[in-house]
Formats: sequence, structure tokens, C-alpha cells
Amino acid sequence: MTRVHDLAVVGGGPAGVAGALTAALAGLSVVLVDSGARLGGQYFRHPAGAHPGTPGFDRFRRQARALAGRADLLLGHQVWAVERRAADAADAADAADAADAADASAALTRDGGHDSAFTLRCTAPDGSPVAVRSRRLLLATGAYDRPLPFPGWDLPGVLTAGGAQALLKGNGVVAGRRIVVAGTGPFLLPVAAGLAGAGARVLGVYEAGGGLGLARHPLLAAGKAGEAAGYALALARHRVPYRTRQAVVAAHGERELEAVTVARLDRDWNVLSTRRLACDTLATGYGFVPQIDLGVQVGCRTRADLDGSPVLDVDDRQRTSVPGVWAAGEPAGVGGRHLAELEGRIAGLTISAPGDPVPGVLARRRDRLQAFARALLEAYPIGPGWQRWLRDDTLVCRCEEVPLARIREARELGATDVRAVKLLSRAGMGWCQGRVCGHAVARLTGAPVGEPRRPLAQPVTLGALAALTSARVETAAQDPAGVLDPAPPPDPTGPPAPTDPPAPTDPPAPKDPPAPTDPPAPSDPSAPSDPSAPTDPPTPSDPPAPAGPPGPQGPSEPTRIPGETGTEAGDDSSAASTADGKDSA
Amino acid sequence: MTDAFEITVDGRPVPVTAGQTVGAALHAAGIRSWRATRFGGRPRGLFCGIGVCFDCLVTVNGRPPERACLLQARPGDEVTTS
Repeated sequence: MTRVHDLAVVGGGPAGVAGALTAALAGLSVVLVDSGARLGGQYFRHPAGAHPGTPGFDRFRRQARALAGRADLLLGHQVWAVERRAADAADAADAADAADAADASAALTRDGGHDSAFTLRCTAPDGSPVAVRSRRLLLATGAYDRPLPFPGWDLPGVLTAGGAQALLKGNGVVAGRRIVVAGTGPFLLPVAAGLAGAGARVLGVYEAGGGLGLARHPLLAAGKAGEAAGYALALARHRVPYRTRQAVVAAHGERELEAVTVARLDRDWNVLSTRRLACDTLATGYGFVPQIDLGVQVGCRTRADLDGSPVLDVDDRQRTSVPGVWAAGEPAGVGGRHLAELEGRIAGLTISAPGDPVPGVLARRRDRLQAFARALLEAYPIGPGWQRWLRDDTLVCRCEEVPLARIREARELGATDVRAVKLLSRAGMGWCQGRVCGHAVARLTGAPVGEPRRPLAQPVTLGALAALTSARVETAAQDPAGVLDPAPPPDPTGPPAPTDPPAPTDPPAPKDPPAPTDPPAPSDPSAPSDPSAPTDPPTPSDPPAPAGPPGPQGPSEPTRIPGETGTEAGDDSSAASTADGKDSA
Repeated sequence: MTDAFEITVDGRPVPVTAGQTVGAALHAAGIRSWRATRFGGRPRGLFCGIGVCFDCLVTVNGRPPERACLLQARPGDEVTTS
């Protein structure tokens, strides 16, 4: 059964789920693919069967459950490539499949020019290849942490902020006993509050930027006073110092982390003075890198976001430059989970009803959230001085163990762009394909952060490549029950698929890991309530958004998604909440 | 969902709470490094925690290396470190 869905969604975080649900409610056949065992992405990551206490989770869970009955969910599936072929090929393939042919052509017609067809190449949990075919594609692949290199950053015990958060939220594991949180951006706050609330001794939060301190945190200016106050309270309760213009500039230890060097910085992040702090764990992050590999593979145009990161260029309908491909959430620009969900909904609407305008209420809310996201990005630029934290032997590329000296050498040999530096030094050629060091290498090279060109978004076996001509086509694992905790998709035994469509000529490109959707910004105001109880239900309050009520009466909201009754304590709701970030306690 | 079980790391038992990844279980047990890099022999364990960095590659049940941070632990899994 070569099923061709109307829409394939990559990513099961807030954007992907909202987009998939909106489209499914409009009558489209939808398949959602995510590498995680449960829906949620990074922001709503949670252990099986548990409520993570993340603000907004109840609402998300309603949406996820509603989606489970209306779409096919392929969890635990890693998408390693996407192929696009012209409508003719799609039709030909469809023709071979009588069952689907009729609705396929109907959908193509309906789609007003967006007549493409896509094949997602995936690896199932048991390692077998799965091909997912669809007429349209929504990329909601999230983002991941952007670390900066410094001496000792590869010692075990040094984690990204998101990594520490994932351990806590997804696994119930507190990353260490004596933890330092350092980097830049609002995400540091929920990470520190969560760790402290879970019992770790958080020795300090070192924000390299700012200069204003918590009392004048940019979250306040952005109308997120409740949120900022919540973190301030949580940190105060656990006596966690929050210091701006300070950073961890070195990590020390033999086999694992034993101490860090904390430095006071000037406004350009040059070191003014240092001190040593004994600790067993460091959680660090300097913003996020949107995951856009799949979009680049399929030819979507990118633009440089305010922080220089390439993101997929979308129009006000969330369409990328490639017909049939939409993007929502972080891949279209880091903005937090509220914006991600909203963009997902808008994408779902415009995918289902290509001719209809985007409802004004949604468009206005999106504009507001995007403005907030831009303000945060501008509030946390990366200062140039970090490059002087490195020594000649400091690894820049962890995978290929390329020290700063080799990058300098490459530049001396004449390399002026990232690609040339990579060829000469091997930086970015290892397992992670430059995802971790890409930003740093670009900065050290003095070149723009280019768009990622990765023919394989995930590692894939030669066997899977060889099987390309006979991959089985996805047999949707409907997940009746809980999307949130579905049992691992069964399939392994699924019938080998009847071959794949002939066409795909294009070599699969590389790509990115699907899942993570979320990291944006700071977070949700949960309440000042007790972060110590990670399980607390979200408390009320998302501060009503700054900007005014959603439009003078916007029609009531267009398409309501099930989760949306506004009743949830707060979070969600209406308007405005804002961007937010990753998580919170 | 609080079922607990064990996996082994080089023969030594490590407790797991159902739903945890191999990487989380190891980290929680105080095992923070389970492989060495090719050139410098540097110890590596979890770093990004979400499948991006590949630092946490681990051998489980003799299969080719997988990312410990993504791999759900199952009862009886045998982890071998290098």
C-alpha cells in the first residue's frame, strides 16, 4: 500500500503538531514524522506517561491526542533525506496505485500550482528504511543549542543547556550536583531554575551579555514581566546568583569536569578578570541554531536571521520558496513555542485552503510574537571577544578534533570561507557535520554562517541506501492512544513496500535531524510558583500580551484547535502569550 | 511508568527508570564518559543531549555505535565502552 498523504509534517513539537492538526481537521490526510519516542519536541519533552509541568503542556497534550486519531504518526523515525519530484512523476506513481490515484489528482488540482510530490527517507526505530510520500511538506524541525568553544569544553560534564534540560525533562535525571549555567540568552533562566528546583546546587548563572541584571531583563521590556519575575524568584529562593557580563571561559579536569574559570567581561566579551569555581557540571548555550537541513536539501531559499543564522525564508503564509513546502517554528526563525504553534496553525490553514487569506487575528498575533523574537535576538548578540578565550590547542571541531591552530593555518593558506577552511582543516567533517562547530568556525574565519549542505540529515546505513529502490513505504502506525506515549511504532514487520516510485532521481540530500522543535526563548511565565516542583501544573498566567488584545475584534479565532479552549490555566491562551522559550522548570 | 530495570555497562549493572535513554541512565549512574576520541583519546559522553553532536556514540548489544542520548534503554541491554 503505497499511500500518498496530502501532507507530511516533519517534527512533532508545537509547530508540527499544530500544523498537522489544523490540516487534518480541514480534511487532509496527514502523516507526521518525528525522531522522538513521544510527541513534544524539545520544549514539551516529557517522560513516558508523565506530566512534565511545562507551561502549556496540557494544551499541547490535547492537541496531540486530537491529532492521534486524525493523522498517521511515525514516531522514533529519523528523516535523513527528502526528495522532490515533479507532478508528472507523482502522477505516474500514483497511477500505479489505483486506490490513491483519485484523491491524489484531486488534491493536486486543489493545491493551486503547488503540485509537487515528496518522499521522506526515514529510518524506523528498528533500523529499517521507510519512505513516506506526500503531496505537500511542512518542515517543523526545530532548533538546537548553539555552543561556543572554549578550552576544555569537550570534557564530560560540560553539556549544552538544552542537553541538561533534556536530561531533566525527558529522563528525570539532574545533570549534576554542583552546576554552573553559562552562556547568553533567556533560555539560561528556565534551565537554571529547573535544575535548582530539581535539587541541584546551581552555583551561578553567568550571562555574557546584558549588563542590566535580572531587574531589567529584556523579558521585562518584552512584556514578559511575569515570566521574568518567576525566574527571578525561583533563582532567589535557591540562592542562585545571576551575573551579567560574566562567562565561563575555560573548563578544567582530567577525565571529567572538575572546575571552570568564570570571567568578568567587557561589553565586547573580552576578559577583564577571572576566578576558578569548582563544579561537576556546566550547562552552556549561546542561542539556537535552526534546523534547516531538509529545507536546504529540497532547495528552499534561506535568509540570514538577525544573529546571522541561516533560516528558511517564508512568506506570510509560511510558504518557502519551493512550491509545496511550508516551514513553521524555529526553522523559519527562532521565536519560541507560542510563535511556533501559531506558525504551525497558519501553515496548516494555508496548506488546506490555499486560496483563503490568513485570518487577521492570527497574522497580527504572529507579527507581535515575531517582533518579540527579534527583540530578544537583538538583546543577546554574541560579542566578538569570545574568540580570545581560545588557545591554540583548544578544539573547535569536537568530532574531528580540530584545534584553533589548524583553523588559523587554513586561513593562512588562503582559505577565506567556511568551505575552504573545512577542506583544509577538516573542521565540520565529522559525525555532526558541523552542526556544533559551524557557527564558531564561520566566525573564526570571518565568513558568514552559510547554509548547511548536508546530503544526509541523519546517519544512514549503506544497506538503507542500497534499499532505496525497494524501500517499503510507510505503513502508518496509527497511534490511537496516546500520542504522547505511544508504544513504539510497530511496524517492523510491515510488508515490504511495494517499491518505491521510480523517479526520484535526485540523490537524496542530506539532512537534518528532524525533531527538535523548540528552543526558543525564554520561557513561560509560569509562575512564580514553585519551580521546585517540576510537576506543578502550569500556573496561571501568561501575561496578557503586551500588545493589546488581538485585534479589535478579530473574528473569533478561526479554526480552533481542540486544545484550545482557552481554559487552561493560562498558558495558552489567547493571545499573546509570547514567545517563550524553552522550558521551564 | 516507574518500572525500573537494569542494563549492564561492561558487565556492571546500571539501574534504569523505564523511558530513560541509555545516555541518561549512564549519566545518572555517574558514568559520564564511555568512549575515547580517535586521535586524542579524549573521553566523551553526553554533550548536546538531543542527537545533534554525536559525542555520545555508544555500543549496545554489539550493534554499530548509536547515539546514547536518543536510544531508549531496554531491560538487559549490554553496553560496552571503549
